[in-house]
Amino acid sequence: MSAAESPGPAAPRQGQPLVGFKALHTPRGWMILGALALLVCVVIPALSLGPAVTSPLHLPDYLVALFGKFLCYGIAAISIDLIWGFTGILSLGHGVFFALGGYAMGMYLMLSIGAQGVYKSKLPDFMVFLDWKELPWFWRGMDNLGVALFAALAIPGLLAFCFGFFAFRSRIRGVYFSIITQALTYALMLLFFRNETGFGGNNGLTDFKSLYGYPLHAASTKVGLYVLSAVALFGTYLLCRYIVTCKTGRVLRALRDAESRAMFVGYNPTNYKLFVWTLSAVLCGLAGALYVPQVGIINPGEMQPSNSIEMAIWVAVGGRGTLFGAVLGTFLVNGLRSWFTAAAPDLWLYILGGLFISVTLFFPNGVAGALARIKR
Amino acid sequence: MGLFLCGMRNARADVTADASGLASTESANVVAAIEQLAAHGDTPALAALHALDDGKLRFDTAKHLFIQGDGGALKDALSGAAASPIGKLESPAMDNGVRRALSPALASLSLSAPTAKARLAAAKELGRPSDDMVPVLRQLLAREPDKDVRIALGLALAPADLASPDAKDRVRALDAVAAAADGNFKTDVERLLSKGENGSFVEPDEGVRRAARAALSSINNRQFIINSVGNTFYGLSLGSVLILCALGLAITFGLMRVINMAHGEMMMIGAYTSFVVQNFFIAHLPNHLDWYIVVAVPAAFAVSGAVGVLMERTVIRHLYGRPLETLLATWGISLLLIQTVRLIFGAQNVTVANPSFLSGGIEVLPEVVLTYSRLAVIAFSIVVMLFVWTLMQKTKLGLEVRAVTQNREMAASMGISTRRVDMWTFGIGSGVAGLGGVALSQLGNVGPELGQGYIVDSFMVVVLGGVGKLAGTIAGGLGLGLINKYLEPLAGAVLGKIFILGFIIVFIQRRPQGIFALKGRAAEVS
Repeated sequence: MSAAESPGPAAPRQGQPLVGFKALHTPRGWMILGALALLVCVVIPALSLGPAVTSPLHLPDYLVALFGKFLCYGIAAISIDLIWGFTGILSLGHGVFFALGGYAMGMYLMLSIGAQGVYKSKLPDFMVFLDWKELPWFWRGMDNLGVALFAALAIPGLLAFCFGFFAFRSRIRGVYFSIITQALTYALMLLFFRNETGFGGNNGLTDFKSLYGYPLHAASTKVGLYVLSAVALFGTYLLCRYIVTCKTGRVLRALRDAESRAMFVGYNPTNYKLFVWTLSAVLCGLAGALYVPQVGIINPGEMQPSNSIEMAIWVAVGGRGTLFGAVLGTFLVNGLRSWFTAAAPDLWLYILGGLFISVTLFFPNGVAGALARIKR
Repeated sequence: MGLFLCGMRNARADVTADASGLASTESANVVAAIEQLAAHGDTPALAALHALDDGKLRFDTAKHLFIQGDGGALKDALSGAAASPIGKLESPAMDNGVRRALSPALASLSLSAPTAKARLAAAKELGRPSDDMVPVLRQLLAREPDKDVRIALGLALAPADLASPDAKDRVRALDAVAAAADGNFKTDVERLLSKGENGSFVEPDEGVRRAARAALSSINNRQFIINSVGNTFYGLSLGSVLILCALGLAITFGLMRVINMAHGEMMMIGAYTSFVVQNFFIAHLPNHLDWYIVVAVPAAFAVSGAVGVLMERTVIRHLYGRPLETLLATWGISLLLIQTVRLIFGAQNVTVANPSFLSGGIEVLPEVVLTYSRLAVIAFSIVVMLFVWTLMQKTKLGLEVRAVTQNREMAASMGISTRRVDMWTFGIGSGVAGLGGVALSQLGNVGPELGQGYIVDSFMVVVLGGVGKLAGTIAGGLGLGLINKYLEPLAGAVLGKIFILGFIIVFIQRRPQGIFALKGRAAEVS
């Protein structure tokens, strides 16, 4: 991979051994982060729950739900930035980890419907429809939220680990790796479309009623999920920030810029790549698990190759190798999408296609890069 | 009934005497005459009996029998010569009794024809015989000398024989089924071999079961052959389409290390070009409609190639050395192209009709029809492969392309304008994809998202076949097409596809450079 396509992230200055939280950001950086956290985690929920519905200060429910969705996308975008921006591996299959996390959560939500479904059966409706008599083995235990959350993180992680182990070991790189990840998500999409696979086929899992006893349609539950997503986003950001600033992060950048050299210096690329790839998948699974109760449905459409490519463009628009750029790009692109698909649906694909082209041609460092240039 | 058959095939001179009984309005007389004719094996009377069956037999006051043609013309029922009646014409009696007597008589007479060929045709015409016919047919079968006719008769009798209480009948039916390997009897045979609820075989006789097992294996063998031929054919035609799509991809990827995600859209543009050409012919040259395909092929090549060149000039040229960015930018281009086509032609699928000389097909085996359109696609892809091969091996441009593929810097220092080579290669690669689009338009509907369905598959072909090698692309495309179709009946279309993707992921573990690895320094670049 050439140096030209890898924007240099803000590396900590050499010779200043910083430890703990101080290493992650400058005091000013922490202040900005804190202000953002306050806005997202306190002000917005307060505006949604506090003022009366008629008040101009009231934030409508649909906006909270929309922001909640964006926050989940933001987590996924950070996980892609970790693997693409810092390690130089472009995954076109992250949608599959997102969806697997979502499916794990969806299974829990499906089972917690209990006998309130259309067929008044303990089994999920689609199983009754397929005339199944009992839960398949892989659904056992998913009625426990802890197990489901663990599965939401572990299953994407396990899949990524196995896939990455073979791929990195045989040194599949660059576009080859991207294409193979695309094939992975395509194959799993086809698999999940089958009714026999046991995840509701075409329709996926939907009609959820409650999460851990809280009704999903209640405004307070929505705000709660939103706050959870926001906290998860900040947590993910800090974790990834820690990883990219510590020694491991520098090895990752070395692998990105000159894999052979890093190898000859004595680092084993396979282990480092495998670690960051698996972590990225786990974070993406977390995003999916938070996403599903907020949108109320998960189906194989989430695994379409086009979804995964779009995730990559969020990161590219925001600016690769910056982490916060990924979140910024996610909000920008998805905000545009929400607005255009309502106002001018025919134009949206032109905008999206134009973004793909113009960002790669004219703004390889994305919005973050443009901001940095203005600052200088 | 026994009387019926004695003295058969001893053609008698006095057919006329036997047949004269038909000239009656009394059904008892007609029935007696029919039985007489059948009993004496009067094959010359067959035409008269058929005419009776069709309601075209007439007789005059002199009791002469005539057959009335469609135009009303009369001919002699026995000699077939033109004839004129004396007095008023009447129809012989026809009621259920006559019908009951007629069909066995017709069968036994036609099955008594002197040539084996005529008897075989008659036996195949039989269909499922009624209960009255079964004993007649059994006796005919017992005396039949020709093997093929015996099989055909045995098959006609098989439904009755399988239900017969006599084990010998059942064995005979199973032998006929085994000899004909007729798949229609598969469930019947399987039932004989299954066990009832009390654990004993449905079929008590061991000899019959042995015959049933033989029949079943013969049926299964036959079906295996039919399926293999069909799957090979479909696999070859799918593989041809994949090759057409992957050829251009492999060339551009080998040359520029650029993954063109809009390559599938080049196929889509090619398919829409043939749609436009077809519509032009419908509007302006309706008398030469079939020839639209001849115009559509170069037009699709030109249009897709032009879009490819435009793409290369405006976007891809600026992204050399940044393969991942190119991937994203070309994805963006594919979105633009899809949306543009959708706005122009609508989101619905459009139909490109096959030219009349491409509709229909050859039936090589029962149930296996090789359609002309698929045969044409296979032939077409061979022609395109030859074209690409010639272009790459025999022309100056091909030489330059190969030089740049092997070593860009060295080629540039030898005075090759690499940028120009890139542009032309991209144009040709896109044009070949456009040709693939014409082929696809002959096989199915054309929609804006046509290309999306093939892009993952054609990448797989490139991954399997390795880059920049024509042989690799062909092997990869055919291999993928054939495996796909062979797996489909075993595992279903979707699982088959998943197996293949899994296989490819494992395959590139072993051979990351594809089936035909480039040797030397070219293998290092990636």
